Amino acid sequence: MSTQLEVIELSKTYHRKDAVKNISFKIKKNEIIGILGPNGCGKTTTIGMILGLLKPTKGRVLINNLEIETKRVDLLNNLNFISPYIELPKKLTVKQNLEVYARLYDVKNLKSKIDYLVEELRLNEIIFKITGELSSGQKNRVSLAKSIINDPTVLLLDEPTASLDPETGDFVRGFLENYQKKSEASILLASHNMAEVERLCSSVLMMKNGTIIDRDSPKKLIKKHGRENLEEVFLKLAREKNEFK
Amino acid sequence: MYGLFLRHFFLIKSSLPRILDLIYWPTIQIILWGFISKFFSMYSEYYNNTLGIILTCAILYDILFRSSISFNMLFLEEIWSRNFTNLFIAPLKIKEIIVALIFTALIRTLIGLVPAIILTAPLFGVSILKLGFPLFLLFLSLYIFGITLGLFVSAGLLRFGPSFENIAWSSLFLLAPLGCIYYPIEILPHFFQIIAKGLPLVYIFDETRNILLNGFVNYEYLIHAYLLNLFYLIVGISLFYFSYLKARVKGTLINMGE
Repeated sequence: MSTQLEVIELSKTYHRKDAVKNISFKIKKNEIIGILGPNGCGKTTTIGMILGLLKPTKGRVLINNLEIETKRVDLLNNLNFISPYIELPKKLTVKQNLEVYARLYDVKNLKSKIDYLVEELRLNEIIFKITGELSSGQKNRVSLAKSIINDPTVLLLDEPTASLDPETGDFVRGFLENYQKKSEASILLASHNMAEVERLCSSVLMMKNGTIIDRDSPKKLIKKHGRENLEEVFLKLAREKNEFK
Repeated sequence: MYGLFLRHFFLIKSSLPRILDLIYWPTIQIILWGFISKFFSMYSEYYNNTLGIILTCAILYDILFRSSISFNMLFLEEIWSRNFTNLFIAPLKIKEIIVALIFTALIRTLIGLVPAIILTAPLFGVSILKLGFPLFLLFLSLYIFGITLGLFVSAGLLRFGPSFENIAWSSLFLLAPLGCIYYPIEILPHFFQIIAKGLPLVYIFDETRNILLNGFVNYEYLIHAYLLNLFYLIVGISLFYFSYLKARVKGTLINMGE
C-alpha cells in the first residue's frame, strides 16, 4: 500500500518550550492510525502542522509525497478535519452549511453529493434546521458530513465522538469504518476513547510530552505492557516519569 | 470565493435583526445629522445654505464606516461562530479570502446605505446623487480606504486573536477627527494637519465640498486620494499576509475560538 501521509522529524517549539519533539510516522492508504496521549501531549499541535495551520519549527509533512508547506492549497483539496472544538456557522441551516462547504471545496455534482451525505448520515429530518439549534449528536453528524464532503484521501479526526451518547458514538464509529473501506482513505484519529481506538485503529502512536513514546497495534501494545486493555496501557505510560522507550 | 460569499449571504438573508442592524445605524446617523445640519442652516449665518454639504459628507463618511465595519464583521463572525479554523483548512488562497471579504463587504455596505440615501431626499431635500459621476469616484475611494482599514484590523485579529476585537470597533473613531469630514483642514492644529495630509480622507472630503460649492471637479485632489489609497491598500494586504504567517508560527489559527 502506498503512503498517503508522512510526517518526518516534526517539531514545534513555542517560546523555547517543545510542544512536539522530532516525531515521525507514516499512514498508508486504507489505514487508520490512532494518536493517544494525555492532554497537552502534542496531538492537536501535530494535527495543526499536518493541516498547514501551524508552521513546524523543524521537519516536514508530506501528503501524497507533496509537502504541505509548499503545496498547501492544492493538498487541502484532499484533506479534511473534524474536531468538537470547531463548529460550523450556527445561524445557517444544515443545507446552507453543506452548500457553502461544497462550494469552498469545489465539489462537482453538488446536489447529488449533498443528497448522498444526507442519506448516509441520517440528516433528512434536520437538513432545513438551523445548525446552532441542533443537539450535540446532530451537530456531530453535520460536521462529519462537512469533513467528507470533498472525499478526502487523508482525514484527520480529533476526538470525533467526544461528548456523544453511546448510540451516536457507535453510529459515528460505524460510519467511519464504512467510509474508510469505501474510500480507502488514510485516517489519523486522536481520541481519549480507548475502546474506539482499539476498534478502529490498526496501529497506535502513544504520545507524551511532545514525543512518541511507543507505537504498535493495540493488541501488541496490550501484550507488550502486560495489561488487560489499551486504557491500562495508556495509564501506565501516562504515569511513568519520562521512562520513554 | 462564491462559497465564502454564500456563507455570509445566507447569514444576512436569514436574519431580519442583522438586516435591520445594517440599515439602522446609517439611517439614524443620517437623520441625526440632517437635523443638526438643518439647525445650523436656520440659525447660523456661517452655515447658511450648507445643509446639503454636511449631509452629503455624513453619507460619504458612512460609506467609509460601513465598508470598514462590514469587513471586520465578516472576520469576527467566523471567530464568534468558531468556524475560523474550518475556513483556513479549506483550499482557499489568502488572496481569495481577501477578495471574497471585499466583495461581501460591498454588499453589506450597500444594504446599509441605499435606504439612508433614499431617505435624505424626501426628508431633507438633499440628494447625494446630485454629485453625479464624481460620486462614484468618491464612493470608490472611500470604499477602498474602508476595506483597507478592515484589512488592518483583520490582520490584528489574525495576529493577536479575539482580544483585538475592541480595536475593530474603535478604529474608525480614531480617524474621524483627522479626516476633516465636516470642516476644512485649516481647522486642525498644525501638527494634526501634517498627519491629516497623509490620509486620503482629507482630499476626498475637501473635493466633495469643492464640487458642491463650486460646481467643478478638481481631479488633482482625487488622484492624490487614490495614490494614498493605493499605498495604504498595499500596506494593508502585506500586513494581512504577514499576520497570517505570524499566526501560523504562533498557533492563533488553531486556537482562535478559545
